[in-house]
Amino acid sequence: MKKIITLGIVLTLVLSVLSGCGSKGNQGNQDSKNITVSGSSDLQPLVQEIANLYNYKNTDITIAVSGGGSEEGLKNVLNGNSDIGNSDIAADAKLSAADAATLVDHKVCVIGVGVVVNNEIASFISGVKKAQLKDIFTGKIKNWKEIDGPNLPIVIINRPASSGTKAVFEKWGLDGQKSIDGDLSLQTDDSNTLVESINKTKGSIGYLAYPSIINNLEKVVPLYIDDVGLNNDNIYNNTYPIWEYEHMYTKGTPRTNVQRFLDFILSDSVETQIEDMGYGAIRKLDSKAAKSR
Amino acid sequence: MKNLLRKLKTEYIGRGVVTIFGIFIIVITVAISIFLIYKGVATFIDNKHSISEFLFSSKFAPQELVGSPNSGQVGSAIFIFGSITISSLALLVATPFAVSSAIFISEISPKLGKRFVRPAVEVFVGIPSVVYGWIGLSVLVPFIADVFQLPHGFSVLAGAIVLALMIFPTITSVATDALRNVPMEYKEAAYSMGCTRWQMIRKVQLKAALPGILTGIVLGLARAFGEALAVAMVIGQQQSFPKFNNGFIDGLLSATNNLTAKIASDMGNEVTGSEWSNALWTMALFLFIISFLFILIIRILGKRGERI
Repeated sequence: MKKIITLGIVLTLVLSVLSGCGSKGNQGNQDSKNITVSGSSDLQPLVQEIANLYNYKNTDITIAVSGGGSEEGLKNVLNGNSDIGNSDIAADAKLSAADAATLVDHKVCVIGVGVVVNNEIASFISGVKKAQLKDIFTGKIKNWKEIDGPNLPIVIINRPASSGTKAVFEKWGLDGQKSIDGDLSLQTDDSNTLVESINKTKGSIGYLAYPSIINNLEKVVPLYIDDVGLNNDNIYNNTYPIWEYEHMYTKGTPRTNVQRFLDFILSDSVETQIEDMGYGAIRKLDSKAAKSR
Repeated sequence: MKNLLRKLKTEYIGRGVVTIFGIFIIVITVAISIFLIYKGVATFIDNKHSISEFLFSSKFAPQELVGSPNSGQVGSAIFIFGSITISSLALLVATPFAVSSAIFISEISPKLGKRFVRPAVEVFVGIPSVVYGWIGLSVLVPFIADVFQLPHGFSVLAGAIVLALMIFPTITSVATDALRNVPMEYKEAAYSMGCTRWQMIRKVQLKAALPGILTGIVLGLARAFGEALAVAMVIGQQQSFPKFNNGFIDGLLSATNNLTAKIASDMGNEVTGSEWSNALWTMALFLFIISFLFILIIRILGKRGERI
């Protein structure tokens, strides 16, 4: 008897908990005031900043921005877990053609990728030629002294093969060549760890998205490439080679609240914020630059 | 009826709530296991790789990386070897310190131990792993590079030292409890036969507490195996075996990668269902099986302990 009663209570409670979970899932058909954004960790700080700005005027809207990586963003927007998926990489390069076709691309900004060294190396070398850059990352140049630097072996600090920053760097910095996995090539997936590693490792070289660089200028120094420095103006006229569009994907046409937020982030009024944080405004790309990607 | 209501209050509700939580934990554990197995075997069933390729090949290049279907490779031997070497080295470094501290706390100077050593050990437990990693990255890695005159200090050694620091408190506290639980009569008998204190500790206390101490060591090993963040920051994540073929020291000082670091660094950027992502799930399944084995070992040790 006792057992039956206990079991009864247990079952009732479990069922009520389960049914509670179930009913929650049916919301979201109407235009919710909650907007969820996930994906690329490079784009996350910008979206977060713009979301804060947006909230000044639109206090009733809640925008939750999370990271997780480009694939996470694409996956989440595809299966409806997020309203917006951020990605460094175009959807058709990551997803099947059928899946990619259901997504709508909103290009929010461009992002430059800088080749960085620590202060010690930077006191010898201010820049490299693109050919030298390729030789360094493919293992042909192994010591800084070969390019007028100090007598130190070059330690490459790479990103994992799945990284969006790496894809951009290899495509535009190495003209599509793959960087080596050699004896002196390390790897890290996190920008902050990368900054710290470059800063503490003699003779190291790596690459970082421009927004991460401008926050860490006392620790890492971006190199000139073919005598062109990394800044937004040089990206706008396409003299600095390594940059790419950043994408925010929605599944089909977004609902009104999401569309309004996207309109805001794509409007000229946030251009200053975008540029202050180290991203580039698409509107300012000249025709040659716009055609190059 | 009234009786039932009272019984409900005094007995059934409390029991019911506790039972629900208990059952819930079991359900979650089973669900996670099933999920991991389901995801983990996809490499072998959907992508048709052999288990021996996964375990023993060092070529990790899934088809998304190679760019052409049916030519991907998911050999994870480097990561498995990395996990095993770094964890066992960490254990080798941590165990002497941990067992000595346990003896100090429980036998040599219980007063000092209780007031200073034990709290110090407990503080260790509370430090988040990212802090260990950060200290390792900014202090230990440059230090190793300086001392051994290397281009960089990212190495098996750095990983093992950071991990040793992290598992030291686990082993210490379990070993301390095990030593404390040795019956007083054993001690008295040893003294009555003319043992010195050290003889008593070595021949009686340590022997009697051995299963408990081993449990602590296995728990430490399990923690070392599963730690991702701190190790990932200091081992360099290089896709190659540590160079033990050039000698032990060279092996210690070379960079490599391990399972947890590989999963953490790749998981955010790979599409679900791709060969790459499946391979990562298989690594997760492998870690799960290993920790399951560790728990099995602890169970067996515990049974042996009961018999003594």
